[in-house]
Amino acid sequence: MDSRLPPDLREGVRDTLPLLLGIVPFALVAGVAGVEAGLSPLQTVGLSVVVFAGASQLAAIELLGQDAALGVVVLTVVVINLRMLMYSASIAPYFRDLSARVRAGCAYVLTDQAYALALARYAGERDSDRGSTTRRPYYYLGVALTLWIVWQAGTIVGVVFGAAVPDGWRLGFAVPLVFLALLVPAVSDAPSLAAALVAAAVAVAGAGLPFNAGLIVGAVVGVVTGIAVDEWGIRGASGSGGGGSSDGSAETDRTGGH
Amino acid sequence: MATSYGPLSVWAVIVAGGLATFAIRLSFIHLFGRVDKVPPWLERALVYVPAAVLAALVAPDFAPESATLAALVSPEIVGGVAAVAAAWRTEDVLWTVAAGMAGLHLARFLL
Repeated sequence: MDSRLPPDLREGVRDTLPLLLGIVPFALVAGVAGVEAGLSPLQTVGLSVVVFAGASQLAAIELLGQDAALGVVVLTVVVINLRMLMYSASIAPYFRDLSARVRAGCAYVLTDQAYALALARYAGERDSDRGSTTRRPYYYLGVALTLWIVWQAGTIVGVVFGAAVPDGWRLGFAVPLVFLALLVPAVSDAPSLAAALVAAAVAVAGAGLPFNAGLIVGAVVGVVTGIAVDEWGIRGASGSGGGGSSDGSAETDRTGGH
Repeated sequence: MATSYGPLSVWAVIVAGGLATFAIRLSFIHLFGRVDKVPPWLERALVYVPAAVLAALVAPDFAPESATLAALVSPEIVGGVAAVAAAWRTEDVLWTVAAGMAGLHLARFLL
């Protein structure tokens, strides 16, 4: 790699390479699925460039393929990407000294992986007190831009490939399979299992309803179920609830701003 | 399952979904200093969003067409079970998709 690039940027690129094994097939599916659902190649790639968030892209493709109400498609994309609020809040302190334009660019390429890698690194840097603020976005951008380029390239390859493959291969089936690949790790404890089971049951029961109400109602009832089971579980386990669930440890200590 | 929406509708979804997603990403990065924390109730709800939404999205694709035993061994369900097993073992998209496609086609061949 070009040694004139900032070292932090190169390290970001390097640390991203192992992740690409998981990203590439996902991107290929996004391309194939778009074509299978009747989107044009340009629309499929446009979706990858404009939205740039895999699970929500596949959801949009799946719902467009079913002729779901357009508002429901957008709402589903929003709900799936709402988790990025947490990333945005968590990584914001490290970007606060940057110009508005650079911050906007950093926000556009914010993904699960870029957030996870950059936050791990920044948190470590703060501990060893060696980070200089001016260089901070380079590592993040090394990760995020690598992911962006590979995601777009993978989508394009998927579009070309998907258009050439016979229907008998059933490549469209890869979409629910990717959802399963994301769903299984998301079900990590009793409340999330309850959330998933209830959401699935309601969605199946409501599958024939107009405007994909089954999906929306299922997701909402599932989230409420997860919270309820969490609440009940904490009370059942420790009597007087020690303030929040066990996975609150990622919470960083933020000061200032008031 | 090809969409019957025209290009304008599809592009509208792409642009609206993209703008909303960008707004979510930018929210705190832009506002930091004025608002510095996701409200606890929202953070708590967000924990269960992936499990609930993904399950609601995926379940109708695998729901049997009738409540008979025969309907439970469709190629799709065989593929889905193989994918869940692979996802559980590997937590890897590549292996999950490969196992699911293999299960689907094997079941179509055998059933």
